[in-house]
Amino acid sequence: MAYSDKVIDHYSNPRNVGTLDKSKKSVGTGLVGAPECGDVMRLQIEVDEATNTITDAKFKTFGCGSAIASSSLATEWLKGKTVDEALAIDNMEIVEELALPPVKIHCSVLAEDAIKSAINDYRVKNGLPELETAKSHH
Amino acid sequence: MLKLPIYLDNNATTPLDPRVLEAMMPYLTEVFGNAASRNHPFGWAAEEAVDYAREQIAGLINCDPKEIIFTSGATESDNLAIKGVFEMYAQKGNHIITTTTEHKAVLDTCKHIEKMGGKVTYLPVNSEGLISLEELKAAMTPETILVAIMYGNNETGTIQPIREIAAIAHQHGALFMTDGTQAVGKIPVDVLADGIDLMAFTAHKMYGPKGIGALYVRRKNPRVKVTAQMDGGGHERGMRSGTLNVPGIVGLGKACELAKQEMAADAARLSTLRDRLEKELLGLEESYVNGSVEHRLPHVANISFKYVEGEGLMMGVKDLAVSSGSACTSASLEPSYVLKALGLSDDLAHSSLRFGLSRFTTDEQIDYAIGHVKEAVTKLREMSPLWEMFKEGIDLDKIEWAEH
Repeated sequence: MAYSDKVIDHYSNPRNVGTLDKSKKSVGTGLVGAPECGDVMRLQIEVDEATNTITDAKFKTFGCGSAIASSSLATEWLKGKTVDEALAIDNMEIVEELALPPVKIHCSVLAEDAIKSAINDYRVKNGLPELETAKSHH
Repeated sequence: MLKLPIYLDNNATTPLDPRVLEAMMPYLTEVFGNAASRNHPFGWAAEEAVDYAREQIAGLINCDPKEIIFTSGATESDNLAIKGVFEMYAQKGNHIITTTTEHKAVLDTCKHIEKMGGKVTYLPVNSEGLISLEELKAAMTPETILVAIMYGNNETGTIQPIREIAAIAHQHGALFMTDGTQAVGKIPVDVLADGIDLMAFTAHKMYGPKGIGALYVRRKNPRVKVTAQMDGGGHERGMRSGTLNVPGIVGLGKACELAKQEMAADAARLSTLRDRLEKELLGLEESYVNGSVEHRLPHVANISFKYVEGEGLMMGVKDLAVSSGSACTSASLEPSYVLKALGLSDDLAHSSLRFGLSRFTTDEQIDYAIGHVKEAVTKLREMSPLWEMFKEGIDLDKIEWAEH
């Protein structure tokens, strides 16, 4: 399969690979996918409570090049966004930016789910109600 | 300077040996006759070349030259052997025994046999890919006409106990057929000593051209016959019609002659290279050999790297032409049925790489491959949440993964 230059770039030089301290109240963690499906994404955000802004984002992904690129791109986009802006990120924006072929759209869906799952984790930790979000139903 | 990518997919196909091409060239140009033309020198020259090739081939597998039936390749040979025996021996019975790790050319032919009213037993294999001789004995019935079990496996290189299998088949009055595609030309295969009645093999896995293969069909003790699967001019003793592919046959003959001369030295050198590659890659934590280490083709290694996803791994080893146990054609992944039959979990099957070395593989290429794979696996693991969890001692099987 031919990958787009942007996918290859994110795969070769992934942004923001790493781990945030999930015990911190300001950190939200989303873990989505399953090993037997060939994709597991963990996306973490650190939120500044005063401004409701995402100050840091990290990911680790077990998956194909498109899955790695989708999560790498997501962390780039998340930094500096408010939580509400982050919630508005749609998987199709990732598809367009990375020029993902139809068979790889599920990678972008997974990235969107990971963002929402991380935000929900942050919300629950901070006493806010969980949002109904899951988009992925493979 | 090392040329990239490095070709290490020689179980898929091998490059043509220049000496084979040289032997073939006249038959692609001035010696163009039809080997079946009996009336003029053009035909005689072609026939003479074909006869000589038969002798070269017979010399490699220790049979009579008349026992070689030329086909288009191993897939056709597998089809002709199985369907041909099923039809020819219909009076005697309708049961065939094979294994779950055969090539699709055998498995799908057996599926076809089932549709035609035949019965097929698919023997399981153990974690090394070997069948149980006891299970084979237990599966034999008075209706069993054929045991079809491959010599060496294309994915793992595992070599079945061919002589023991042949003996069991014969004790029960059945014929023994083997798909020798990966073994012939790589390890000594002696149809007489091994007790093989039919054997499929092909030129392009042993440095010959594509589009030419053969089926060995025993003529004595017992005299084996197969029903032709194509109607026509009655070539190849009536078992396979069609004008002979003379340049291809010359190429297969030359490839067999070279294999006979060089196989022992090639196997010794390649198994040393393979073992070095394998030892280095097993130096990575949580990496495993798939198949039998003891009973294995000398040029094959199949290794799984846990906590690394297969497609991502293939992208990471872009400087190598290798195969993966993951046939990812769409969003749904299909792990190799051969590795699954060995008992591998889906994720371990997905994260496997198959290395197939050849006569032309160099020390330098293997050194590069070792470094390249290590780098890719290490990098992907640093990126893998599963690797991090494993390192933290978390049991991944106990995690409730999001339902897909």
